[in-house]
This record gives sequence, C-alpha cells and structure tokens, in this order.
Amino acid sequence: MELIWDGLKHALQLLFEGDPRVLGIAIRSLQLSGLATVISLLIAVPLGTTVALTRFPGRNLLVSLINTGLSLPPVVVGLFVSITLWRSGPLGFLELLYTPTAIVIAQFVICLPVITSLTLAAVQQIDPKLRQQLQSLGASRPQMVGMLLWEARLPMLAAVMAGFGAVISEVGAVMMVGGNILGYTRVLTTATVLETRKGQFDVAIALSLILLLIAFAVTWALTAFQQRGVVR
Amino acid sequence: MNRSKPGNWAIVAVAFFAAVISIGIAQAEDPPRSLILATTTSTQDSGLLDELIPLFEKKTGFRVKTIAVGTGEALKMSGRGDADVLLAHAPAEEQKYVDDGSIVNRQLVMHNNFLIVGPESDPAGIRGLENASDGMARISAAQASFVSRGDNSGTHFTEQSLWKAAGIEPSGDWYIEAGQGMGATLMIASEKQAYTLVDGGTFLAMLDRLDLTSLLEGDEVLLNLYSVSEVNPARFPKVNNVGARAFSDFIRDPDTQAVIGKFGVAKFGQPLFFPDAGTVASAAPNN
Repeated sequence: MELIWDGLKHALQLLFEGDPRVLGIAIRSLQLSGLATVISLLIAVPLGTTVALTRFPGRNLLVSLINTGLSLPPVVVGLFVSITLWRSGPLGFLELLYTPTAIVIAQFVICLPVITSLTLAAVQQIDPKLRQQLQSLGASRPQMVGMLLWEARLPMLAAVMAGFGAVISEVGAVMMVGGNILGYTRVLTTATVLETRKGQFDVAIALSLILLLIAFAVTWALTAFQQRGVVR
Repeated sequence: MNRSKPGNWAIVAVAFFAAVISIGIAQAEDPPRSLILATTTSTQDSGLLDELIPLFEKKTGFRVKTIAVGTGEALKMSGRGDADVLLAHAPAEEQKYVDDGSIVNRQLVMHNNFLIVGPESDPAGIRGLENASDGMARISAAQASFVSRGDNSGTHFTEQSLWKAAGIEPSGDWYIEAGQGMGATLMIASEKQAYTLVDGGTFLAMLDRLDLTSLLEGDEVLLNLYSVSEVNPARFPKVNNVGARAFSDFIRDPDTQAVIGKFGVAKFGQPLFFPDAGTVASAAPNN
C-alpha cells in the first residue's frame, strides 16, 4: 500500500516538475494511439456501415471474421507486423522497424477490427423503418448514412472508446515493433514494463498512474460527446 | 431536447482528428543516420548503456536504436541482418555466428564475473565453495529453488554450461524458468528466496532492492566476457556498417574504456565492469 502511495507522490512530482522525459513519453503515447485510432476510424466506419447495410453471399462468414478481431491477441499482431517489417522481411526495404510509424501500423491493425465490428453492430441494430423513412423522404445515400450514424452515435462512440482503449493499453506489440527506444519509441506501457523489470517500482507506478489519467481524460471527453442531449 | 445537428458534431470531430494526425505525421520522421544496436538486457539494466550511448551520439551524430533483448535473440537478429552492431556476452555462441559469416570483427570490450547468489540462509550449503559446478550440484541435490533466465541469454548459456559440467539436467518444481531479463529474474529469486546466476554488474546495480547475497564466486568458468561485433556488410548490404564500425571503435577507445572502468564506483563503491579492449581475449569459452 505504501508502494502505491509512493508511486502516487512520485507521479504528481513528475507531472508538476514537468519532467521532460516523462512528458515526452506521455505525449508520444497519446499521439501514436490517437493517430492509429483516427486512421482506423476512417476505414472502420465505412466498412462496418457497408457490411451492416448490405446483404451478400458469405456475409455471415465476413461478419464472423470481423468480430474475431475483438479477440485478436495484440501480441500476435505485434509478432506478424515485426516479421513483415524486419530487414529480412517482405517490407523490410521500407526501414520501418523500430520507428513510431511501425507502432502506428501495429496499433492500427489491432484497432481496426474492434471499431469495425462494433460499428457494424451499432448500425445494424437501427430500426429498419428509419432507413425506409429516410429513403422515402428523398435522402441521398450520403445523407442517409450520415443520419443513421448520428442515430447510432451512442454505441458508435463506445466503439471509438473501445478501439482507443485497446491501443493505448497495448504493450507487447508496441515493444516488438517499436523497440522501446528512449526518446523515440518508448511509450507509457513499455516504459512501465522496463522500470518494473529494473525493480524501480515507484517510477513504474507513477507511469501507470499517468497512463490511467490519460485514458480517463480521453474517455471522459468522448463520453461527454456521447451523452450530449440525453435526457435521463 | 437538445437538437444538435450531426453536421456540427462532425466538424468538431474532424478538426480534432486533423490536429492529432498532423502532429502524428510530424513526429514520424526517422532520425538521420541511425544505427541498430542489438544487445542484452544485462547491459541495459545495469545502466551502463544509458551512460555510453549519449556520449557516442554526441561524438558521432549517429542515433542509436538500442534493442535490448536476450543474447539469443540479439544473435538471431544479427544472423538475419536486422541489426548493425552486436554487444553480447556469450563467446561460444558468438563464435558460431563468426564462423558462419554473419558477424565480423568481434572484439573484446570488458568483463565482469558471474556470481551464484541466493538467500542468506543458504539451504543448499554452497557458501564459499570454489567450484561453481559443485555448487550447482549441491543446489540440485538439495532441490533448493533456483531461478533460471530460461531465455537463451548469455547468462542462461553460462548457467547451462555449469549444469552440464556437473552432469545434471535440472528439472522439477525447484527449477524455475523465468523467461525474462536479468532484473526481473533477480526480483523473482528475491521474492522466492531462491538461488540464481547473475553477472556482478547487474547484481550490484540492483542490490538495494534485493534480499539476496553472493554465495559463490571466483571460479574462472564464471568469467563473463562482453564483445562487440559488426554484422557482416558483405552478406547484408543494408546494414549501417559505417555506424557499426564507429560504435565498435568508440566502445574500445581509451576514453570510453576509462568511463566503463569508473562506472558505478561513485554509486556502489566498486566498478560493475572491467575494461579489456586491446588485451588478448582470455577465451574462457562457456562450455
């Protein structure tokens, strides 16, 4: 218990002193996970919406595959992405291994199926009568899709929170493709593992608390959006 | 009821996302002249690299990407050409990679000594023994808890050679394979009041967090030699050999060797590593 208290004090100290190393690590975590989540959204939302609204042979299989993304072990993603990016691997010539870009790639692969499957469920559960009504009112396809997404905003924002949460908390994949290099690819999760390994528990706890704080702050902002206009 | 238009919400969201993206893209530049150093967890956990790397970067302008993994993985990385320079402490294993042409210009850098550490109570009675394999035999006979690195690291290779010399294949509940770096392995040994094999540098650096003492040391098979090697540019044209050579030269030059020799003295009262560059490698192959 004392250890946690020490960690808390240390965390506040690091934050208020503006320790540049720790701040750098925290900002980097936020940027990389934020970027990965945003890029995932750009693809996941159209993909999930399309699959939700159309019928085609093999649809159930595709939906199952997308949903499996919710259980996809992130460390497996890390392994395959690093094998692909090794110098000796198929994309080695891009020289992306041990760079922040590699981290964004791995996190994107982890995040995409999460947001896609939840978007799919969110859109699919909208009352089909709403869709018919929009069409009968003469809505163009983009207008209709926009209104459906607005209608599904509660579960959609939950999808974003789930996707962001999956990648901000990821450690194994980020360690493998990023290399945990100080000042370059070290993020809060990998730094926590390193400090724990070195036995510096107060620093590890401090980093953990900062990570929790960031996760909470982002989630709080997204929840505020999500719950706007809810009268309950 | 709040009638917020979807359009407004979307605009705010897009603006936020755009800001994040642009910041992210600005950060994604690879630093110029970078060099991948494959090394072991013990060199990182002792803190030595934290001191040497900045000196090297300042002197040469190269950006070092230190990938600290177990020796086994560091060697494999070198064997695939995924690293530029290797700093390891498994002479027998390194020699295999020299023989097959993956690494070149292997040079001795420094050494320290392995220690068999364990609980103060020493249930297996190994304190003060001179022969390391004898000590391992007693631990096995007493079925006293022993934590192994279990990760194909230099330390793990040395540990295996000691069991082999004692004619023992360790197995059973008492033999714990941690599969982790030296720091984590020491923490486990301390928690479980078990024996383990550790290099003097890391042990000293972590001593104040551990409940273990050094029980057996001095046997010449416990010599722990660190060498630097370059990944063969003839075989792997993509390696940054200029950087690798610069690092190899840097870590062996007299000024750096002096830094190595003084490392840890202020904090722990004794050095963690003993510089050796330029001397004839007293090859005590680990088998």
